Amino acid sequence: MEFSIMDLAPAAAEIFLLAAICVILVVDLFVPDERRYLTYGLTQITLVVAALLTAAGIDSAPVYAFSGMFVGDAFSSVLKVGVCLTVAIGLVYSRSYLEPRGMYRGEYFVLALFATLGMMVMISANHFLALYLGLELLSLSLYAMVALARDSARSTEAAMKYFVLGALASGMLLYGMSMVYGATASLAIGDVIAAVQSGHANSTILKFGLVFIVAGIGFKLGAVPFHMWVPDVYHGAPTAVTLMIGTAPKLAAFAFIVRLLVESLGAEQLVVEWRQMLVLLSVASLVLGNVVAIAQTNLKRLLAYSTISHMGFLLLGVLSGTTEGYSAAMFYVSVYVIMGLGAFGMILLMSRKGYEAEELEDLKGLNQRHPWYAFVMLIIMFSMAGIPPTVGFWAKLSVLQAVISIGYVWLAVVAVLFSLVGAFYYLRVVKLMYFDEPAQREAMQVGVDSGVLMSANGIAVLALGMMPGALLAVCERAVTMSLRVAT
Amino acid sequence: MDFEKAAFYFFALILVLAALRVITARNPVHSALSLVLAFFTAAALWLLLEAEFLAIALVLVYVGAVMVLFLFVVMMLDINLDRLREGYWDYLVPALVVAGVMVLEMAVILGGRYFSLAQMPKPPAADPDYSNTRALGEVLYTEYVYAFEIAAVILLVAIVAAIGLTLRKRKDNKYQVPSRQISARRANRVRLVSMPSDKGDSGAAS
Amino acid sequence: MEWLADMIGTPAAVTLWTLAKIVAIVIVVTLCVAYLTLAERKVIGYMQLRLGPNRVGPKGLFQPFADVLKLLVKEVIVPTGANKFLFITAPVLSLMPALAAWAVVPFTDGAVVSNIDAGILYVLAITSMGVYGVIVAGWASNSKYAFLGAMRSAAQIVAYEIAMGFALVCVLMMSGSLNLSVIVDAQRTDLGVLGWNLIPLFPMFVVYFISAVAETNRAPFDVAEGESEIVAGFHVEYSGTAFAVFFLAEYANMILVSALAALMFLGGWLSPVPGLPDGFPWFAAKIAFLLFCFLWFRATFPRYRYDQIMRLGWKVFIPLTIVWLLLIGILMRMSWWPW
Repeated sequence: MEFSIMDLAPAAAEIFLLAAICVILVVDLFVPDERRYLTYGLTQITLVVAALLTAAGIDSAPVYAFSGMFVGDAFSSVLKVGVCLTVAIGLVYSRSYLEPRGMYRGEYFVLALFATLGMMVMISANHFLALYLGLELLSLSLYAMVALARDSARSTEAAMKYFVLGALASGMLLYGMSMVYGATASLAIGDVIAAVQSGHANSTILKFGLVFIVAGIGFKLGAVPFHMWVPDVYHGAPTAVTLMIGTAPKLAAFAFIVRLLVESLGAEQLVVEWRQMLVLLSVASLVLGNVVAIAQTNLKRLLAYSTISHMGFLLLGVLSGTTEGYSAAMFYVSVYVIMGLGAFGMILLMSRKGYEAEELEDLKGLNQRHPWYAFVMLIIMFSMAGIPPTVGFWAKLSVLQAVISIGYVWLAVVAVLFSLVGAFYYLRVVKLMYFDEPAQREAMQVGVDSGVLMSANGIAVLALGMMPGALLAVCERAVTMSLRVAT
Repeated sequence: MDFEKAAFYFFALILVLAALRVITARNPVHSALSLVLAFFTAAALWLLLEAEFLAIALVLVYVGAVMVLFLFVVMMLDINLDRLREGYWDYLVPALVVAGVMVLEMAVILGGRYFSLAQMPKPPAADPDYSNTRALGEVLYTEYVYAFEIAAVILLVAIVAAIGLTLRKRKDNKYQVPSRQISARRANRVRLVSMPSDKGDSGAAS
Repeated sequence: MEWLADMIGTPAAVTLWTLAKIVAIVIVVTLCVAYLTLAERKVIGYMQLRLGPNRVGPKGLFQPFADVLKLLVKEVIVPTGANKFLFITAPVLSLMPALAAWAVVPFTDGAVVSNIDAGILYVLAITSMGVYGVIVAGWASNSKYAFLGAMRSAAQIVAYEIAMGFALVCVLMMSGSLNLSVIVDAQRTDLGVLGWNLIPLFPMFVVYFISAVAETNRAPFDVAEGESEIVAGFHVEYSGTAFAVFFLAEYANMILVSALAALMFLGGWLSPVPGLPDGFPWFAAKIAFLLFCFLWFRATFPRYRYDQIMRLGWKVFIPLTIVWLLLIGILMRMSWWPW
């Protein structure tokens, strides 16, 4: 087989990212502490360039590289651009938080870039090995980032929990994948689905494997009953890392689910199986996430439970098993990431040296201290609750439509009921900001970069709510153009 | 029974006994050493399967490097055995249940219909010129190069994370810079002064 | 061998024949060890303007036997609180790899116990187990000095094993094989010494040989024993036969790494001058020269400080070998390789 360097072109963004990481790693070694902004700047440039390189392939038909282990298509390009930009924006928000806490170090940025690389590998994976290795790359970087606040006992504990449960989840995934391999004699996504559809694969083993894979996905996604780590990790991790965990990886996780369940195990006889499992996970997540969130007094814990319920919604879209459902889920997860960026970013913006604005109490009277950011937070909370005219409403609507289209009306009713319950605690945040007296009167010190981005973030949530068509169209196009959905 | 079978049962017996010792030994150092034995015998079993590269790599990596560091740590730690054994009986029942379920699952999958010896015929023996080092190398650097590279990146993350999490620069730490030590010249350190010698009473001086 | 096979059947004959070869190697290696100790004392003696042992036999030639006899009749003392089983096992653990590795060493064309394909890997794997003897001895002795020595030795061996491995990777890139006989054959050219791996891989040879000195815990890297700091390190509690076995292991390891260096860098049994016949004497001479270097080092250099040893291993040798590896890879890929 002749090899030419152009065979690697589809993976240009990943290759560039890896090369840039190595350069940053070395450059950072020679940068004195007071010039750490150099590392930061290089990181941001890297992320933007990686996004641009990925965006170049957004219109192409699926192209393969690395003996078919890597696939570049519209679906992966959209998600990868999203991941790069999300990480970049997250780092802008985090900057002023990291500095006084001794985390403004080269390792933080390098690990963030490694995590980004892991997500890109997952999104573009066309082989179980690549999927798994991408996931591990992402997870290991995140474990380390959680533990990077070395002197905080809470962070260390969170990192330990995250690591142990994450390792367990990886074990389950691998076990499941090995069973699928046993049944189909292949790990390449295209070959697996061909083997399943041909009917030669042993269905008992496949189902066994499926159970483990779904459990592993549930763990990674934080869906009930595999959600135990989510609140502790979100709470214990430094807020900047919580932002990192709570946003971009969800995009990658969505791609992971699509590649595994839809593209490789999406044959008719298996869709029926995993749909049942996902219904269970989804309903349990919706119920538990929304109900338990009411009792929280810590904003990060509250957002953790809110994440659980949002993941329930995401699964609703996936379990429909239709192209519309997948694009609805993709729309949902993109919207969720935009909202999550805003919500966690706001906590970061309110924090100062020696002060973590992570209790609900800290939001009291935000309107009097800083009316504009209070308004931005209001939009984000409304959007999370799914109140029109914000984009959160459209996201929920499109997912529910997908569920109803396959005849699961009762499931849609449950989802609506529990998002009503959820609206309670989002609105309580709004009430605290607007109708309570502030506990402290100090003004927020927000840098220009993060202030402008945060405003843009809030406006985006509102503007997308007015005109959801564009984003929705992008998602639909990406899904229909590239996903090899079994029919 | 032919030689191969006898060897298999011999190594398998040692492997199982060593593995049992790993979890039953009272002393953690004994456990670690039993684990070394288990790895070594497992490598011998792989040799019987004609996977000589993997067998040797197992010894080289696990026995030669990983377990040495492991033993290092176990010997340095002052492990309180009594605290470790606390709650042994409490955990025994759930542990047995989990183990039982796992055995059952394995039995369902491996036993009987799906992966029994009849389903999985013995692959033909490799011809004498076949080198599985070469074969592994060829697949690893062509078909699986992507996975191979990502695995390397994961190891890089592990290095970065380990250093980031544990390296603390002490301000009062004094260390030498070898390049400066080497570049020192005699002229920087020693000055030869020519002194007029004391003539006459050399014996009485000092 | 045929007459033996006729007498007792082929499988039994093969087993017996292999056993005979093993016994022969063990005896020869043990004898070499015995005379290496004498050589060491003589060489260092002359270097220090002394005579060395010269009383037992003509010119002191029977001195090793006297030493062995002395060690054999001494009592093996097991310290209180020591782990008796491991205490006794440790010397065996350290001797076993030093002898087992000889199985794949070819002495001359075709003269090898087991001509396996992954020869270098086997040697690396087996010798990497030698460290257990040291660690277990240090731990089982129930003595602070012994334990300190074991820890030092373990860290040192792990550090230098990596550099040594990388240096060997360069060799196998050159020859395209892991088989030691093939590696020697790959160095066969019409140019004699110029064809050896020594020339293109000279830095790797230096790294390998220094790492070998460190791996065998020899001076100037003998901090694991460090008489002046931790009395005798990991074997401070050993006496009599048990001590003799450690002694044997150390010298057998020296001979082994010298033999490997000779095979991989110095063309094994090949003659250095074009035209002269190849053969075992060349191989023996090369080993002897390298062993002489070991003794020479010991008489010349003061002991390294521990942090310097670690620095040399991790910060100098490992990066150096990686760079060289890359360089060779590029040269070979671009076919700019003169060899």
